[in-house]
Amino acid sequence: MSAQALVTGLGIAAPNGLGTDDFWSATRSGKSGIGRITRFDASSYPAQLAGEVPGFQAEQYLSSQIRSQTDHMTRMALVASDWALADAGITPEQFDAYDMGVVTASSSGGFEFGQGELQKLWSLGRRHVSAYQSFAWFYAVNSGQISIRHGMKGPSGVVVSDQAGGLDALAHARRQIRGGTPVIVSGAVDASICPWGWAAQLAGGRVSTAEAPDRAFLPFDAEACGHVPGEGGAILVVEHADSAKRRGARAWGELAGYAATFDPKPGSGREPALHKAIELALADARSAPGDVDVVFADAAAVPELDRQEADAITAVFGPRGVPVTAPKTMTGRLYSGAGPLDVAAALLSVRDGVIPPTAHVQQAPGYAIDLVTGQPRTGEVRTALVLARGHGGFNSALLVRAA
Amino acid sequence: MARSRVVITGVGVTAPGGVGTKNFWGLLSEGRTATRRIGSFDPSPFRSQVAAEIDFDPELHGLSPQEIRRMDRAAQLAVVSAREAVADSGIDFAGTDPYRLGVTLGSAVGATMGLDREYRVVSDGGRKHLVDHAYAVPHLYDYLVPSSFTAEVAWAVGAQGPATVVSTGCTSGLDSVGHAAELIREGAADVMVTGATDAPISPITLACFDAIKATTPRNDDPAHASRPFDRTRSGFVLGEGAAMFVLEELDSARTRGAHIYAEIAGYASRCNAFHMTGLRPDGTEMAEAIRQALAQSRMNPEDIDYINAHGSGTKQNDRHETAAFKRSLGEHAHRTPVSSIKSMVGHSLGAIGSIEIAASVLAIKHDVVPPTANLHTPDPECDLDYVPLTAREWRTDAVLTVGSGFGGFQSAMVLAGPEGAGT
Amino acid sequence: MPDKVFTLDDLKRILIAGAGADEAVDLDGDILQQRFDALGYESLALLETLSRIENEFDIALDDGVLTEESTPAQLIDAVNAVLEAARLAV
Repeated sequence: MSAQALVTGLGIAAPNGLGTDDFWSATRSGKSGIGRITRFDASSYPAQLAGEVPGFQAEQYLSSQIRSQTDHMTRMALVASDWALADAGITPEQFDAYDMGVVTASSSGGFEFGQGELQKLWSLGRRHVSAYQSFAWFYAVNSGQISIRHGMKGPSGVVVSDQAGGLDALAHARRQIRGGTPVIVSGAVDASICPWGWAAQLAGGRVSTAEAPDRAFLPFDAEACGHVPGEGGAILVVEHADSAKRRGARAWGELAGYAATFDPKPGSGREPALHKAIELALADARSAPGDVDVVFADAAAVPELDRQEADAITAVFGPRGVPVTAPKTMTGRLYSGAGPLDVAAALLSVRDGVIPPTAHVQQAPGYAIDLVTGQPRTGEVRTALVLARGHGGFNSALLVRAA
Repeated sequence: MARSRVVITGVGVTAPGGVGTKNFWGLLSEGRTATRRIGSFDPSPFRSQVAAEIDFDPELHGLSPQEIRRMDRAAQLAVVSAREAVADSGIDFAGTDPYRLGVTLGSAVGATMGLDREYRVVSDGGRKHLVDHAYAVPHLYDYLVPSSFTAEVAWAVGAQGPATVVSTGCTSGLDSVGHAAELIREGAADVMVTGATDAPISPITLACFDAIKATTPRNDDPAHASRPFDRTRSGFVLGEGAAMFVLEELDSARTRGAHIYAEIAGYASRCNAFHMTGLRPDGTEMAEAIRQALAQSRMNPEDIDYINAHGSGTKQNDRHETAAFKRSLGEHAHRTPVSSIKSMVGHSLGAIGSIEIAASVLAIKHDVVPPTANLHTPDPECDLDYVPLTAREWRTDAVLTVGSGFGGFQSAMVLAGPEGAGT
Repeated sequence: MPDKVFTLDDLKRILIAGAGADEAVDLDGDILQQRFDALGYESLALLETLSRIENEFDIALDDGVLTEESTPAQLIDAVNAVLEAARLAV
């Protein structure tokens, strides 16, 4: 029997709430953080809505030395890592440095920082490019900075699989726990809400151009028209059950099962692979479909992708066989941050016996899923399945269970 | 339950000096260098103007015009190398459950070339902060998020199992393969197509390494610019490339009569938690990674026949690494040949770890240790046997290969030859 | 700009803009003779500072003029020596 990997700390930076309490009180009451972009003047772009993290003042938490070398998303990740460790009751000095590692996911690195330096390079010349550019932009920056901040020298890593990556990071954290490392700081915080990132998002062709914040991101709705990009995510402390027990720590829940699959090449005529990922994750957790109390959907809000996801859920759980929710309708699509934030929401659902609603959505006829809309739904939640899909065909499924 | 054993049964390399594994080994075993003055754009504004470039024609290597348009150069290098590795392994995926076939791909900097180029287009040469999205290429999102590279490889080989990009800076190429081996061991896949790619030779990359004086300013003699462990070393030389492998479980490799290059006997990664680019001179954390990799492989320091070093050619790296070898292997460090192929193929960031795995398994295959080119003037602080200038015939069964990267990552892998794997 | 002089205030301004400041250090105190590492600046911060000085004053400085062991006084002297040499060369 493999060691249990427990979540013992949460650190959240989400568009509808900074910090666990704000995020959860907004999420369970269906309060959205999607609004007009403030980080740059978006008036010349066809899409002008985003989920921006409110009230994040980096100077409240981070020294000017750290701020000068970091992108916005790294700053949020560092602060979220502080909060996650505090929530877990861990001060790094309690552990041997090699007994703590960091595994994060990224999708686009410190892209806003990168735009600034590209701009300096091409408008002013190479001598104006920052000494920090070599690592402020790259995908590994959050794992590196978090490990330095907290003195963590254990097995570490970084994965990139678009939106699926955040769950892949948590699974890799679990792998390191099973390999004998007591503590892994894991999860993801992502952001690319800058003009250059926006151009790339728009090129992807899946960004909603709707103008009303409550009509823009509508998965499983007849009016589904793409997603709203967001920023943020969650950093979690994943801990070996023995270590948590020794410390007398409270556990939010267990990372009980996981699997990842990849879709066949477009045009091959083969079945999409999300269904298989769900089955494998259930088998990995030694759980049956009937054990699952809620599914947190990937919720692409692209009709074809919603159809694939609804079909996969229905194939495993039966028509309307399990409550399904998509709180990312309140945050926007957070790329690698999405999976860890949904895992955090799932663990909060377990704690409170509340399934947060899918905001603004009226379920379209034809989807045989039991989508939780309008009001939160109360009832015991012991096991939750979180789904995340990445552009290109990445599917990840992670099962969390009450500890 | 016995720990399952993972072996490499296919190798594909696209590195400076020539496309394909054969050309790669030719360069290394002859001690030739592929570093030169940058030819793909005018490097004269930059402090460091040399790199190890590949003369790579994607069309010649089977990519369609549509694929060439869609893929960043790094993805092209990965796909071509993956095809070579699969062909080399002789494996027939027609009989494989696609869900049992996975892909992990290392890359430190993703689609840097594509992003640098397209940024100039949408920003009107850096003049517009509010870039004009109307000029963006349709695949710009695939440049934004480099997991698109893994998607390309997965499509090319028909994989539907676990798939991701591993991006731990300059240890990505080791960590990607280490990750793939773990996935087979834990039962998540039967076969992994894994490796790493990077194609970073672009103005923004030059500028960011210029800014921290990490790359060499030795522009007057490009062929001899990469000088790991030499007293006159002055920084690394940027490179590009990809190396891909087929990994499978030992028993199934034997059952199908596959050629086994080497077993991935041990792998570990640690962080220095010290500095995003700096290294502690004592090499403690790399030494710890080496010790863990050795322990996993159930080997003693004395079992290591050859060390394939990170050997980037920066002042601090080569000292740091020498200290780490002594710290982890003790006296045996002095008796073991150590070499850096970066002296010949440059430093291709996230790709080089996999390219160095390829060099290591080829050293095992040929019982030849590649040299450290351009090593003429010993550095008193680097006092091991670095196999200067010419390759050495050397009985090589077990190789230690290491990497060190920005972010503080330190990784080590032990590869054991087929004789070890076969017993 | 023939009359440019590099002052301690210039240095402090550029340090803060490029690399921030260690909260435990009072840059307005007597820092001229303190080593940069004691002031909380490591190698990257100093490289960033050096390139900002070069860009603003349009000069080229040797790699060695700014290390963790050197002091603000030494750097200011070195920069002004280069500025002076540039003036004489005009």
